[in-house]
Amino acid sequence: MHPAPSVIIFNTFSGLGFGLLFWLGMGAIVPTGIGAFIWFTIAYIFAVGGLISSTFHLGHPERAIKAFSQWKTSWLSREGVCAVFALIVMALYGAGLVFLGTRYAIFGIVGGLASLGVVFTTSMIYTQMKTVPRWRHWTTPAMYLLLSVGGGALLSGQIAYAIVLLSAGAALQCLSWLIGDGRFKASGTTMETATGLGGIGKVRAFEPPHTGTNYLMREFIHQVGRKHAQKLRVITIVLAFVVPVILLLLPFNHILASLAVLSHIAGVLTLRWLFFAQAEHVVGLYYGKR
Amino acid sequence: MTQLPPPSAKKLGLVIDLDTCVGCHACVVSCKGWNTENYGAPLSDQDAYGANPSGTFLNRVHSYEVQPAQGEAQLIHFPKSCLHCEDAPCVTVCPTGASYKRADDGIVLVNESDCIGCGLCAWACPYGARELDAKEGVMKKCTLCVDRIYNENLPEEDRQPACVRTCPAGARHFGDLGDPDSDVSQLVAERGGFDLMPEQGTKPVNKYLPPRPKDEMPEFDVLAPYLEPVASDGKGFVGWLDKALSALPGGAK
Repeated sequence: MHPAPSVIIFNTFSGLGFGLLFWLGMGAIVPTGIGAFIWFTIAYIFAVGGLISSTFHLGHPERAIKAFSQWKTSWLSREGVCAVFALIVMALYGAGLVFLGTRYAIFGIVGGLASLGVVFTTSMIYTQMKTVPRWRHWTTPAMYLLLSVGGGALLSGQIAYAIVLLSAGAALQCLSWLIGDGRFKASGTTMETATGLGGIGKVRAFEPPHTGTNYLMREFIHQVGRKHAQKLRVITIVLAFVVPVILLLLPFNHILASLAVLSHIAGVLTLRWLFFAQAEHVVGLYYGKR
Repeated sequence: MTQLPPPSAKKLGLVIDLDTCVGCHACVVSCKGWNTENYGAPLSDQDAYGANPSGTFLNRVHSYEVQPAQGEAQLIHFPKSCLHCEDAPCVTVCPTGASYKRADDGIVLVNESDCIGCGLCAWACPYGARELDAKEGVMKKCTLCVDRIYNENLPEEDRQPACVRTCPAGARHFGDLGDPDSDVSQLVAERGGFDLMPEQGTKPVNKYLPPRPKDEMPEFDVLAPYLEPVASDGKGFVGWLDKALSALPGGAK
């Protein structure tokens, strides 16, 4: 799959932003007044900034309002509805803390859980794709949720939780890669089933339909990234999980904590890039590619 | 809108004969022509006359080489467009309701004025039947020439998809695959028509007919009896000449 920068930025920063909103909502930290204003501003810049970034890959962003209508069947629509709900409830919760100095726990808990709901619905957009076997696995939503909650713990200074969640994240990510590598083969889709010609013999793409490229090849066939996949996996694990955990284990210091956050963000960006670049869509088979 | 309707009795679709297709791409050209001038946004091209041309097509013809375990490889031309699946995954993923499957005849269409161009339907389609138009920013796909097949302004013989109407080899057939007695259904039953990627669970309406087995040419040569070598056991004058010449120095034994 083509790793579109707008979607990678969306997945990375919205995940962190909604993770931070989750911890704020659950009352892990209860800032008031200007302190609360700063915390909520950071969370909203991440969450909303990511959402806005995701609209850059749309052909007609001005019609985006229509995307709230099909929540009965579409995970993308559910994500939109969930995001608006979570952001409104958390805004009410934040207003209580900033202006009234009061914690309305019910708003925090509902908004915090809805924030995780956003991350889950996002992950299901990918998980539902039967055409991308690597994504269609329980590890996809599990990894999205773990990264969001872990990243949120890191941002909100929940050091003990962050160490546990990020360590679990590293393990789950490795497991997801190990399983993911065999998913395409396990899906049973081959050039023979794609063309229905397997009964005759082994199928080879002889001539493509056109001399140039096309939308399908640009969007679904991405071979360059996979060349360096193993190196990028190591970079991901080191930056997203190992470095932040080591920095958190050292005696607390704001500079070290900031470095842990920056390293985590760089690692998650790499992780998300790999998430797309390594995912193979079955349509590539028609072109004899993956 | 993006909820799939209950399966319709009428299932309009195509039957494509891989035995007959000669790979001329006439269907590709007529499809692009009709659908650029009619229903919805035109099918744009980018850098059409330049070094890196690219464009939107609703129908493309691939060519595959199939190598049996024994014998010679076969070249098979393979036209591919939307299969108007009964369980169309492209429809249910659409967040705006722009993608829909018609309840009365099963045609899968895009309402372009509702399409936000998110591309998710193209991700969900295993067949590569949907292409996001680079100029218009909306999703384009085969309409089964919905603006021809019901169009009473056209002569009767033209009320079929442009690709079917134009095919010089008769490799494309249009009809109701929901009716077991229709010509297309009969053809599918007779020739063993099959689905593409059945394991994806999309239940395509369009069917493909397999190439017929190639004729086996036996090792046989009609001229062979007349080309027998000259008898080596010559008699009479030929026999004497053979012996005499063989006896000379350097003569054949």
